[in-house]
Amino acid sequence: MIRKTQWEPYLLLLPSLFYLLFFFGWPMIQAFSLALRGEDGGWTLAYVQRMINDTYFREALITTVALIVAILPIQFLVALAMALVVHARPKGAGLFLYFYAVPLAISDLAAGIVWFAIFTQRGYLNTILQAIGLIEKPIIFLNYQKPLWVIMAIVAAEVWRATAIIMVILVAGLQSIPNDYLEAAEIFGAGLFERITQIILPLLKPSLQVALILRTILAFQAFAVVVALAGQGATVLAKEAYKWYTDIRNPNVAAAYAGLIMVLSIATTIVYLRALRTPEEVTA
Amino acid sequence: MKHWPWSRIVLHAVALLLLLWVVLPIYLIALAAFSPRDVVYQYPKPLVPTQFSLETMLFFMRSSGVLDSVRRSVIVALLTLVVSMAVGAPAGYALARYIFPGRDTFRIAIVSTRAFPIVILSIPLAVSFINLGLYDSTISVALMHTALALPFTILVTSSVFASVPVDLEEAAMTLGCSRLGAFWRISLPLTLPGLAAAAIFTFVLSWNEVFAAAILTLRNRTLPAHVLSVLNESPLPFRFAGGFFLLVPALIFMLFIRRYLFNLWGRVVR
Repeated sequence: MIRKTQWEPYLLLLPSLFYLLFFFGWPMIQAFSLALRGEDGGWTLAYVQRMINDTYFREALITTVALIVAILPIQFLVALAMALVVHARPKGAGLFLYFYAVPLAISDLAAGIVWFAIFTQRGYLNTILQAIGLIEKPIIFLNYQKPLWVIMAIVAAEVWRATAIIMVILVAGLQSIPNDYLEAAEIFGAGLFERITQIILPLLKPSLQVALILRTILAFQAFAVVVALAGQGATVLAKEAYKWYTDIRNPNVAAAYAGLIMVLSIATTIVYLRALRTPEEVTA
Repeated sequence: MKHWPWSRIVLHAVALLLLLWVVLPIYLIALAAFSPRDVVYQYPKPLVPTQFSLETMLFFMRSSGVLDSVRRSVIVALLTLVVSMAVGAPAGYALARYIFPGRDTFRIAIVSTRAFPIVILSIPLAVSFINLGLYDSTISVALMHTALALPFTILVTSSVFASVPVDLEEAAMTLGCSRLGAFWRISLPLTLPGLAAAAIFTFVLSWNEVFAAAILTLRNRTLPAHVLSVLNESPLPFRFAGGFFLLVPALIFMLFIRRYLFNLWGRVVR
């Protein structure tokens, strides 16, 4: 750290500050204004009511939450397995880390299409199942009459695509755990399972918390994966926001959906922060 | 040769299993994208390449609107990259090199932007862009993508600049370099690879973004927005080839930035 002149850093920050105020802060406020103010400029709950009374609202809300509940536990288990494997330095650890991290750069749309190729009627899952003799003829997985299969396909695609970010956060967290702790535990006879539950998980708590918040916020916005795999068969909150904006051409109700996503994201973040508080923070 | 203990064998088996989970779907979509049309519709499908063909990929590339949207996606991604680096890197430098009142507040504000869902930005911005006459343009999508990328760019460039010891700059200045000269001759060359990695990730972020792009455009769509809007009415070859095409930059760019993985993500989340 250098330099005494006080105006330099502010000058350097100024462009980003203005940019973020203009393209981040202001639209955020504007969204609530769109959702909560009528054409006469007065406050109104009409758009919110229209959203809640819409036929697809309940389904969108339930599916969004159900997806989060189904996806996150699997993701954390897979991410933890990947992180522990990389941390244990197998032969070619760098290569494993690279491939585990590749989905970081894959879009939700691409992931949705990839898993569509697997789950579609003439797709690879049916091919494999038939090849090993489990089925006689192809199963139609992606059918709006079988929402459970559709949800499973979405879960698979999301676990495949979005586990990498958790893995990277956990690997970074693992690197900060001193090896002495684990060696000491081993000397005292702790098995692998005990070392994971007694030492690694408690020390990984801050990383887990960050990953959990990040993933939940992103999961509330699930969109393209659902479009690619479900078509008209299933819907989520972001898909409804998109539909209200582009098809129904009502930006107000679309903004109400967007606002709901934001309120839910912030509420869960606060819940996580309170529920996962570490003892030091409580006393501090 | 030394014998491996059981635990090492299990470790490698698990590692390979997880690798298969990630790689197998990529293999399958590549297989589908490079099969001829009749194989794409065939069932059961061959699980190993039988005949390599560009028919499906070319069908996708020649579909109406695809080439234009690819060109637009590249322009949007480049604009996003340039603007977010130009606006964000100075802020990253300030965070890395100066102590000043408000520094922590600014940093926390940047980190907390991640807690806000991106979905909420697109709709009000679309309404404003309509009023400004900017709706349905590459510029508007690039401006939006820059807003998404900027917090990330600031944090990453700050960690990249912080990795070059300030002593080097000071030494250059005692030897007669100006502030700017010291930055230009010392910090910039040393941080160039890290900055390039950050820029590449910004490019991928923009290339991948679909929700905002689909909201902000109508006819002048980017590739993901175009694919999304026609997806459910498209034949299988279009979908498979499109999926693979969208995925390719991810594979290539991850190759370039893998060394900076933890610079990019490990630090961002702290």
